[in-house]
Amino acid sequence: MTTPILRIEDVHKSYGNLQVLKGISLTVHPQEVVVLVGPSGSGKSTLLRCINLLSPPTKGRIWLENQDITAPGVNQDRVRQRIGMVFQEFNLFTHLTALGNVMIGLTKVRKMRKNEARDLAMFELERVGLADRAHYYPAQLSGGQKQRVAIARALGMDPHVMLFDEPTSALDPELTGEVLAVMQKLASEGMTMIVVSHEMGFARQVADRVVFMEGGVVVEEGPPQRMFEQAVHERTRTFLRTIEYMRQAP
Amino acid sequence: MNDVIDLLGKVTPDLLQGTVVTLQIAAVSLTLGMIIGLPVGVGRVYGPGWVQRILGAYVTLFQGTPLLIQLFMAYYGLPDIGITLGRLQAAFLTLGLNSAAYQAEYLRSALQSVSEGQMTAARAIGMSKWQAIWNIILPQAVRLALPAWSNEAVAMLKYTSVVFLIAVPDLMGQAKILSSRYFAPIQIYLIVAVFYIVLVGITYLILTWIERRVRIPGLTGGTESP
Amino acid sequence: MEFVQDLLTTFNFIVQGLWVTISVTAVALTTGVVIGIVLAIARVYGHPSLQVAVTVYSVIIRAVPVIVIIFILFFVISRYVNLSPFWAGALALGFASGAYQTEIFRGALQAVQPGQMIAARAIGMSRLQAIQSVVLPQALRLALPAWGNEATLVLKDSTLVFAVGVPEILRRAQQVSARTFEPFLAFGVALLLYLALTLITTQALRWLERRYRLQM
Repeated sequence: MTTPILRIEDVHKSYGNLQVLKGISLTVHPQEVVVLVGPSGSGKSTLLRCINLLSPPTKGRIWLENQDITAPGVNQDRVRQRIGMVFQEFNLFTHLTALGNVMIGLTKVRKMRKNEARDLAMFELERVGLADRAHYYPAQLSGGQKQRVAIARALGMDPHVMLFDEPTSALDPELTGEVLAVMQKLASEGMTMIVVSHEMGFARQVADRVVFMEGGVVVEEGPPQRMFEQAVHERTRTFLRTIEYMRQAP
Repeated sequence: MNDVIDLLGKVTPDLLQGTVVTLQIAAVSLTLGMIIGLPVGVGRVYGPGWVQRILGAYVTLFQGTPLLIQLFMAYYGLPDIGITLGRLQAAFLTLGLNSAAYQAEYLRSALQSVSEGQMTAARAIGMSKWQAIWNIILPQAVRLALPAWSNEAVAMLKYTSVVFLIAVPDLMGQAKILSSRYFAPIQIYLIVAVFYIVLVGITYLILTWIERRVRIPGLTGGTESP
Repeated sequence: MEFVQDLLTTFNFIVQGLWVTISVTAVALTTGVVIGIVLAIARVYGHPSLQVAVTVYSVIIRAVPVIVIIFILFFVISRYVNLSPFWAGALALGFASGAYQTEIFRGALQAVQPGQMIAARAIGMSRLQAIQSVVLPQALRLALPAWGNEATLVLKDSTLVFAVGVPEILRRAQQVSARTFEPFLAFGVALLLYLALTLITTQALRWLERRYRLQM
C-alpha cells in the first residue's frame, strides 16, 4: 500500500452561517484519478479550493505528501506551487499571450531565467497540442483552446497533484473532447488528478475512483464500475442515473 | 486683417516661450500625478482599512475643491505655516497632487473591474497577493484605464492655464502681459485660444497613436488573429 | 482665543461670497443647459450642415481652457454691452459649459432606443412633438449622471470668475487675507466651504438620480 499523496481529514468549511463542507475525509494515492460527482451545492468546488488553500478549511486537516498544509505558519503560496488548478471559467491572464500565460508562473514564481522558461512553456503547450497558438491572446482562442492553455499553465509549475473544477462545463459540446483528451493523456502519464465533472464517459473510462458528494458530505465512493452499476446508496444510484440520462439526451 | 498678421508676428515669439513653460508644467504635473496616483489607487483597493480612509480623504479633498484655490493655498497659504514654495514648485505640486487624485480614481475603478478570477488563477499558480497585483492585475488595470488617462493628459494642458494667476510665465501669463502691452486683449486671447486648440489637437493625435500601439486583442482591442 | 476670533471674522467675511458663488453657478448651469439641449437636438436631428456647425463649436470650445473663454467673452461682452462682471463672467462660464453639455445631451439622445421615435411617429406625432414628448424626457433622465458630474465641475470652475473681479469665495478669501495676514486660514476656509458645497451637491444629485434615473 503506497503512502497517500493527499490526506483530507474531517474537513469542514463554513462561510459565515452557511456550512458547506460538513466533515469530508478522503485519501488520494499517487497517480490516482479521482472524479468527484454530486449535485450543485454539494461542496465539490469548495473542497477543491480547500485543498489548494485558496479558501482554507475552517476545521480539519489536510496532508500533502505528509506535510500538514493546514497547520499555522505554513507558506500557502509555496504549497500552491505543488498543486495545479484548472477552472471552469479558464481565468487565463488576458494581457498575456498563451505562451506568456504559461511563462509567467515560471519566471515570477519558480524564478526561472527567461530562456529556460520559454523552452519549458513551449514544451507544455506542445503537450496540450497548442504550440502553434503560442503567440495568440486568450481572446483569439476558442474555449477548448483556452482551457488547454490553462492546463499547460498549471502543468508548467510541475505540480504533484492536479485539481480540475468542472473543466468542460463552460465549453460548447463539440469542444469538450479536445480537453478531455488532454486530461486522459495526463492521467495515462501518471498524474494524480482530482476532477469535479459531470462527464460520466470520462469518469467511466479514466477514473480510478468515483466519489459521490451531497450536502457537504461524502455519501459513497468506489471504482467507477461498481458506482455506476451497483451503488450501495439509493441517492447515489438516483443521481448517477439522472446525470447519465441527461448526458445522453439529444 | 493686416493688423492681425502684424500682431501675430509681434506676439508669437513670446507666446511660444509661454507654450514651452505650459508644456513643461503639464508634463511634470502629469508625471507626478502618475507617480503618486498609482500607489494611491492600489492602496484604495488593496490597502488596510485605515489606509483606505486616509487616501479617501485625500481624494475627496482634491476632487471636491477648485484647482485654483488649491493653487493659492499652496503658493500664498503654506508660507503662513512655514512652507514656502516657489511659483513653479507650487504649480507642480498642486497640479500633480490634483491630477494624482483623479488618476487614482481611474485606476481604482479599473482595478475593481478586472475579474476576480484573475486573482484566483494567479494565486493558484503560487503567486503571493502582491505578486498577483503587480504582475497580473495592474498590467490589465493600467490598460483598462488608458482612455481615462488620455483624457486626463489632454485636460491637464487646459488646467495649467490657471497658473498665470500666481504669475507663472506660461502661455496665459505671456498673453496677459502682451494684451496690456498692445491694448488688444480680445485678439491676443483669441490667438491664445488657437494655440491651445493646436496643442490639444496634437496631444490627442499622439495619444490615439499610443493607444493603438498598446492595443491587446480582447483587453483593449478587437479579437482578430495576429 | 485670538485664533477663534480670527477664524470667525475670516469665515464671516468669506461666507458672504458663498451666495455669489452659488448664483454664478446657477446662471452658468442654466445657460449651459439651454445651449446644451438646443444644440444637442440640432446635432442629432438637424440638417447635416447644422450638425457640422454644432460639432465644430463643441470640439473647439472644449479644446480651449475655460479661463481663456471667460476672458475672451468678458472682454467682448464688456466692449459692446454694459454688463457687470458677475453677468459677463457667469454667462461666459455658461457658454463654455454649453459645449460640454451639448456632448452630454447628444449622447443621451442617441442612447434613447430608436424604437421610441418610430413608435411616436407611428401614432401620428410630428418629429418635433416626438422629440419633445417622448425622446427628450427619456434623454434627460439618461443624462442625469453625466450632467451631475458637469454640474459639480461648473461649481468648481465658478471660482475662475474671480479673475474678472467677481466677489465670489476666492476673491473674498484673498481680500480678507490681505487684511488679517493669515492666508492659510483664509484659503483653508475657502477650501472647506467648497468641500461642503460639493458634498451637498453630490448628495443632492445622488438623490435626484435615485428618483429619476432611467435604467436601460
